Amino acid sequence: MEKKTKIHAEDDRLDLVITREFNLPVELLFKAHTESEFVAQWMGTKVLKLESKKNGGWEYETSDSNGNVVFRANGVFHDFVPNEKIVRTFEMDNVNFAPQLEFLEFEKLTDDTSKLTMQIIYKSIEHRMTQLKLPFAQGLNMAHNRLEEIVTKLK
Amino acid sequence: MTSLYLQSNNCIMEIRRDVFQAIADPTRRAILSLVAIQAMTPGAIAENFNSSRQTISKHIQILNECELLHQTQNGREIYYHLNPEKMKEIDKFIEPFRKMWDDRFNKLEAIMKNYKK
Repeated sequence: MEKKTKIHAEDDRLDLVITREFNLPVELLFKAHTESEFVAQWMGTKVLKLESKKNGGWEYETSDSNGNVVFRANGVFHDFVPNEKIVRTFEMDNVNFAPQLEFLEFEKLTDDTSKLTMQIIYKSIEHRMTQLKLPFAQGLNMAHNRLEEIVTKLK
Repeated sequence: MTSLYLQSNNCIMEIRRDVFQAIADPTRRAILSLVAIQAMTPGAIAENFNSSRQTISKHIQILNECELLHQTQNGREIYYHLNPEKMKEIDKFIEPFRKMWDDRFNKLEAIMKNYKK
C-alpha cells in the first residue's frame, strides 16, 4: 500500500511538514481536530480541555494501562478558521523543551476527500531532532520491554 | 514519553556517539557532504572551514566514532570516506515518526467515516 502520510524534514531547518490525504470531507477532517470526543478517540488521549476558538486553550493527558500519567501536553489556539486552518502551540509538561508552533491547513480536494498539511516549528534543530527520534527510541524501548517480559517468563 | 526524555538526559555521553547527534551539528553535516563527493585527508577537509584544524579534527573524530566515516591509509596519508550504510540508518530513523502519524491518521479516517458532515 502506498504510504499516505508523508514527512518532509529538510536539513538545517527548524521545521518539518507532515502531509496526508483523507477519504473524508474536509468538514469531518476538521471536526476530528476540534471536538473532544473525536480527538480522544484517534489520539488515544484524555481531553481535559479543548476550547476550539481563537485564544482558546487545550490540554491532553495520556495514562498507561496502570493508570499512571505518561504524557501531558497543553497549548493555545492562535488562529482558528473552520474547515480551513488552525494555528496552535504545543507544549509538553514536565520536560525541558520549548513549546512548538503548529500550522494546520485543511484543504478540500473533492466532496469526499481532503488534505491536511501540518507544519511544525521548533526552537532549535536539536529539539526537532529529538522529536523526530522519539518514536524511534520508543520503538526500541518497547522491543526491549517485550524482550524483558519474555525473558522473565522463561525464568 | 517522559521517562524517555529523562533517559536521554542521563546518557549524554552515549548520545554523543549516536548518528543523530552527529548530524545535528552544521559543521559535521558540512564535512559529510564534502567527503560524500570524494575521500579526503583531514588537512584537505580543514581547508574548507574557518575553524581551527583542531576543532575540525574533533568533529572528524566524532563522525568516525559514529561510524559515519571510515578511513583508509594511503602511504602516510589518512583518507576519510563516507560510510553510506550508516547514512541509511538516518533515513530509517524518521520512519517510526512517519508511521506514528500514519497510524494516528488511519485511525482518524476510520472513526470519522462513521459520521456525516
